[in-house]
Amino acid sequence: MSLAFIHISILCFLLVTVLAIVRMRDLLAVVMLLSIYSLLSACFFVVMDAVDVAFTEAAVGIGISTLLLLSTLALTKRFERPHRTEPVLALFLVLTTGALLVYGTLQMPPFGSASAPAHQHVAAYYIEQSFLDTGIANMVTSVLASYRGYDTLGELMVIFTAGIGVLALLELKTDTKVSRKTEIPAPMAAHHILRIVSKMLIPFILMFALYVQFHGDFGPGGGFQAGVIFSSAIVLYTMVFGLDAALKVISFAWLRFFAALGGLVFGATGVLALVSGKNFLDYHALAEDPIRAQHLGVLLVEVGVGITVAAVIILVFMSFTRQMAENGKA
Amino acid sequence: MNILESFNYWIVMALMMCGLYIMIAQGNLIKKIVGLTIFQTSVFIFYISMAKVTGATAPIIKEGLELYSNPLPHVLILTAIVVGISTTALALALVIRIRQAYGTIEEDEIRAKDRLE
Amino acid sequence: MDILYLLSLLCLSLGCLCNLIAGIGIIRFPDFYSRMHAAGISDVTGAGLILIGLMLQSDWSTTLSKLILILLFTLLTSPTISYTLANTAVKAKYKAKAKDNSKWQKDMEAK
Repeated sequence: MSLAFIHISILCFLLVTVLAIVRMRDLLAVVMLLSIYSLLSACFFVVMDAVDVAFTEAAVGIGISTLLLLSTLALTKRFERPHRTEPVLALFLVLTTGALLVYGTLQMPPFGSASAPAHQHVAAYYIEQSFLDTGIANMVTSVLASYRGYDTLGELMVIFTAGIGVLALLELKTDTKVSRKTEIPAPMAAHHILRIVSKMLIPFILMFALYVQFHGDFGPGGGFQAGVIFSSAIVLYTMVFGLDAALKVISFAWLRFFAALGGLVFGATGVLALVSGKNFLDYHALAEDPIRAQHLGVLLVEVGVGITVAAVIILVFMSFTRQMAENGKA
Repeated sequence: MNILESFNYWIVMALMMCGLYIMIAQGNLIKKIVGLTIFQTSVFIFYISMAKVTGATAPIIKEGLELYSNPLPHVLILTAIVVGISTTALALALVIRIRQAYGTIEEDEIRAKDRLE
Repeated sequence: MDILYLLSLLCLSLGCLCNLIAGIGIIRFPDFYSRMHAAGISDVTGAGLILIGLMLQSDWSTTLSKLILILLFTLLTSPTISYTLANTAVKAKYKAKAKDNSKWQKDMEAK
C-alpha cells in the first residue's frame, strides 16, 4: 500500500510539472521543468522495477536533452511570444481525444496483475529461458542484444542518421567568411572551482562509463547508458576548457570515424555469422560453446552501440557549440 | 472499477494530452519540441506501468528470487528513449537553421514570411 | 530493536526534514541568492543524511561501497554547482532584492 502511495504521488508531481510547462512563457524555466519531468519519470521507472530504463532516462533525458535544449535556447530567443487568441479548437480536440483514450483504458487489466496478457507468451519464455540460453543475468540485456538484436541494429542506425542529419544541417556551410580556426572561448572558463573539480572528476566519469558498458550483463547498464555517460564527460571538458582544447583531444574527423565504426562493428558481427553459413546475427557462429558464443556476441554488439552513441552525441553537441561561437562573432 | 487499478493510465492520458496540446496550440518551435518530448515520455510511463507485476522485482536474475517484472516492454522503451533523443537532436538542429534563415522561431511569423515571398 | 536500525531511521527522518525545509525555503524566499542558500541545504545535508541512513542499513557489501562513492561524489559536486550558479548570477550583475542594496551595489561597481 505504501508503494502505491509513492508512485501515485510521483505521477501527481509529473502532472503538476506538465501543467506548469503548458502555461509558462519563459523558455529557460520550461527547459528546467522538462528536466525535472525527466527526473521524476526516472524515479517512477525505478519504482516500477524498470532499472535499465530508469538509468537510460536519467542519463538521456536529464543530461543530454536538457543540454541540447539549452544550447538551442542560447542561439534563439529566451521568451515565447504570447498568443493573441485562445485556441478553442485545440482544447476541444485534446479533450475529446483524452476522453476517448480514457474510455479505452477502462478495458485494461488491473495494474500489476500477473495474469495480464502482456506477461504471457514471449515474455514468459524470456523470463524462464534467457539465462539457460544466453548465460546473461540481466534479462533486458539478453533480450536487447541477443533475442532482439536486429531491432537494436535499427536503433543504432537511427541515432547514426540523426548524427548525419545534424552534420548536414549545421556543418556544410558554403560561405567561408569566418575561418574555422578562430579562438572560440570556453563558455565556463571563468569558474575556477568548476575547472578544478572537473579536472578531478573527468577521469572517474570516463572510468564509470567503461564500468557501465561492461557491467550490463550483471546489472543495469549496457551500451547506450555507457555511450551517454562517456559523451557527458567530453561535453563537460568542452564546456569548461573550450572547443579548441576539446578538438585537440578528439577532432571532428575522428568523431565521424567512430560514429561509423560502431555501426560497422555491429553489422560485421552479423555478417560474420552470415559468412559462416548461419543466419544474420546468429551468435553461434562466433564460438563452439553456445553460452560463450552468446557472451561474445553480446559483448561485440554492445561495444559497437557504445562507440556510436558516444561519438554521435559528442558530434551533435560540438556542432551546436560551433554555431554558438560563429553567432558570437557574426 | 477501482481507482487504484487504473490511476496510472489516466494520469498518463492526461500527460499525453498536455503534450499534444503544447504541440498543436503553442507557436514557439522550441516549445513544440518540448511538447513532443512530454508526449513521448508519457507513452514510456504507460508501457512501463503495463510491465509491472505486483510483488515482483527487477528483471535481473538473482538467487532466491522467483517473480520478475516483464522485461519485454523495458527493451522496447529503451529503444524508444534513444529514438526520442535522436529526434530531439535533429529537430533542434532544424530550429537553429530556421532561426538563421528566417530570423524568428515563432510559427506564425515564419508562415507570414513565407507568404510574402 | 537494533541500534543501527534506530540510527538509520533517525538519519533518514532528519534527511527528509532537511529536504522539506529546503523546499519550503526555495518557494518562500524573496530572491535568487537566498533561494540558492536553501537549495544548498537540500543538496548536501538532505542528500547526505539520507545516504548515511541507507549506509547504516546495508551490511559490509558492494552496496555499502557504492553508497560511500555516491556520497563522496555528491559532496564534491553539489557545492561546485551552487558556486557556479551563484558566480554566474554575480557575473551577470543580477541584483539581490535586499532592503538596502547600496553597499552591495558599491562593492559590485568597484569590482
